[in-house]
Amino acid sequence: METPLENRAGWARWQRAWWYHAMQYGQTWRGSVAGSVLFPIFYLAAMGVGVGHLVSAHTGLVQGQTYLHFIAPSLLVTTAMQLGEGESLWPVLAAVKWVRTYHAAVSTPLEPEDVLAGKLTWVATRSLAGGIVYTIVIGAFGALHSWWALTLPLLSVLTTLAFAAPLVAYATTAESDASFPTLYRFAFVPMFLFSATFFPVASYPGYLRPLVQLVPLYHAVALGRAAAVGAGAPAALAAHLLVLVALTVAGVLVGRRTIRRRLVD
Amino acid sequence: MSETILEAHGLVKRFGDFEAVRGIDVSIARGESFGFLGPNGAGKTSTMRMISAVSAPSSGSIRIFGLDPTTDGPAVRARLGVVPQEDNLELELSVRLNLEMFGRYFDLPRRVIRERTRELLAFAQLSERAEDRVDDLSGGMKRRLTIARALINQPELLILDEPTTGLDPQARHLLWDRLYRLKRDGVTLIVTTHYMDEAEQLCDRLVVMDHGRIVAEGAPRALIEQHSSREVVELRFAADSHEEYLDVLAPFAPRVEALPDRALLYVEDGDATLHDIHASGLTPASALVRRSSLEDVFLRLTGRTLVD
Amino acid sequence: MLTRVLPSFGSRRSWRVFERNFMVYRTQWLMLVSGFFEPLFYLLSIGIGLNRLVGTIDVGGRPISYAAFVAPGMLATSMMNGAVIDSIFNTFFRLRISHAYDAVLSTPLDVTDVALGEVWWALARAAVYSASFLVCMTLLGDTVSAWVILCWPAALVVSLAFSSLGLAATTYIRSWQDFDLVSLVQLPIFLFSATFFPISVYPRWLGALVAASPLYQAATLMRGLGLGQFSWVMIPRLAYLVALGAVGLTIAARRFRRILVP
Repeated sequence: METPLENRAGWARWQRAWWYHAMQYGQTWRGSVAGSVLFPIFYLAAMGVGVGHLVSAHTGLVQGQTYLHFIAPSLLVTTAMQLGEGESLWPVLAAVKWVRTYHAAVSTPLEPEDVLAGKLTWVATRSLAGGIVYTIVIGAFGALHSWWALTLPLLSVLTTLAFAAPLVAYATTAESDASFPTLYRFAFVPMFLFSATFFPVASYPGYLRPLVQLVPLYHAVALGRAAAVGAGAPAALAAHLLVLVALTVAGVLVGRRTIRRRLVD
Repeated sequence: MSETILEAHGLVKRFGDFEAVRGIDVSIARGESFGFLGPNGAGKTSTMRMISAVSAPSSGSIRIFGLDPTTDGPAVRARLGVVPQEDNLELELSVRLNLEMFGRYFDLPRRVIRERTRELLAFAQLSERAEDRVDDLSGGMKRRLTIARALINQPELLILDEPTTGLDPQARHLLWDRLYRLKRDGVTLIVTTHYMDEAEQLCDRLVVMDHGRIVAEGAPRALIEQHSSREVVELRFAADSHEEYLDVLAPFAPRVEALPDRALLYVEDGDATLHDIHASGLTPASALVRRSSLEDVFLRLTGRTLVD
Repeated sequence: MLTRVLPSFGSRRSWRVFERNFMVYRTQWLMLVSGFFEPLFYLLSIGIGLNRLVGTIDVGGRPISYAAFVAPGMLATSMMNGAVIDSIFNTFFRLRISHAYDAVLSTPLDVTDVALGEVWWALARAAVYSASFLVCMTLLGDTVSAWVILCWPAALVVSLAFSSLGLAATTYIRSWQDFDLVSLVQLPIFLFSATFFPISVYPRWLGALVAASPLYQAATLMRGLGLGQFSWVMIPRLAYLVALGAVGLTIAARRFRRILVP
């Protein structure tokens, strides 16, 4: 006889939550799958080839690379960031307040922590798939120079989680979506623009450069660039990695508390 | 006979090949409470949209306040209040602003709007929630606000589509009480409902609709007297189907109906019939004697129940 | 359609819809104010970074900085994005989710009043945002000529064209999932309408395709006005945008009527 679900180990339960999210996505995947393949091609063609054409005419190489190769990894991690943001605010608020699907989930043997784990692993799964597609597209544009590039899909996952985990924790405490657009305008958009994504950090005046270090996306961008070319100082890379891991861990730890408070207390 | 406020002849509404309303005639007098009773899909909402001067009839004619709503829509709607089946309040706005904004649509002066908003907040028992976002209100409160909003222009005719569907019993009674007050103040009410108790409570006169047609018309009590017996005995048997009891029960009543969960016996004296049934050795799991209702009228006329 | 629309143009009734939108947005004033910052961030980022990497670009025989090249295109883009948010996203919500229009139609207002009210609102928003964009542009030193003031009325035409197309598109949207399709259309228009690089970068056959993009026509028109480089080609560009707007509005009015008062 099969062991009842409630007696099995935690992972068996949050697997259910993963499936639940996967099935929900199964209803709506068409448009977003087309986007996840086409958007990287669009961005690389416009920014990499189009603007790259202008850059090479004036500046030549940027940090020893063509502009296309310079921005390709940052487009991958910004896409990963945007997935983490998009999946973690409105969908989570809907699930804990408007449609209350998470309340339905915890009326089964699932615990709130299982729902959180299922949500995050599902977002990570999507990020992995998107990261693989993106890496292939970047490769097709000839922007990969090292076997380390094979770690780019994993970097995509880590970047997504570094944003998704804290944002899910926040969204489970929200009473309305009033603050979400403000977060986009004043946090996500500036982060996208100013994390040395589209131009080297050396472009900033000296006194601004340390500030860029405070931006989480900057660390993901730096790791992505290092992976694409297979070069970088180990200590610096470890520091970048630590920032992303710390954000993820902190987000999960806080999220476990907030989602339990929201769903059962 | 008092003034006619609404008159419709041969009203038809088609959507493509589907005929939702198939030629109905109604005439409603000022001050009357008039009901459209029927199950979901009977054509009530399509009828309501035509008589609230929003959707044009495919054929037939309507006069409201003596005006033709297809040509004088704005003038007709200025004197109507409409409570739709589903609340369509401005969720992002406060309770107060919902009322005030609606007043602006009717081009009322701001001073008048302020005054009426205060009165209507009290009427809807929402004065203390005036500054709250509508999103945070309970279902019953939202419904009362929708009704209050429909009153901002002091309409001569108030049209309510399923006013209490989805509300708990307490909220329903509160709403009915508010509607009585309007009726007492001389407002003409038109109500659709698929609840027979609501129709009996609110309506002076009603029509029963089925498949886009009117199948009966009259005062609730008169309809019951005309189409049903005085009392009904409801029997439940511990069986999968009540059809098989039709033959056994036939000798006890002039008319017997079998529903999925019970059998109905239409008789003049329910207690006597029940006594006879027990005496014959039949042992229903439960038995109940009640007065006939509009539900029975509907069953008689259409062979179906109102709520399925 | 014109005979139905024209009489209501001066009507106070359509202004009530404008008033309604204003009331709703007043509760979200922070969002309205923050809208000012988005173009500022974009222009600032280009000023810091790409400006130096790209150097100058030759427009009509005159070399201008990359930031000055991109800014008019960004203004046109921001008109397009504003139209997508307001005319597609918000209108879809009112049309299909909150049914706010159904409530409006039970008052003396009718469908034409609703459609016109939305157009007035889109224009007012465009007027405020484009003015604030032009101020940012000037503060950051991305304007070249005083003629840039003409970009302001041009922005209203651009916004009207995109809003009308957006309203028409909204009537075909059935669920939130269809918004994936909206971005599938919006993103390539944004990236490939010669907003970030001149059309001369494209091979000739692709350039013809780009020229069909309303955003390309809008961005090029704005760039010419901003530089004070006037040419007769501006007339067909403007006519193209106006024609798209008229087509969009006609479709929108017909479809709105079919959805709201079947």
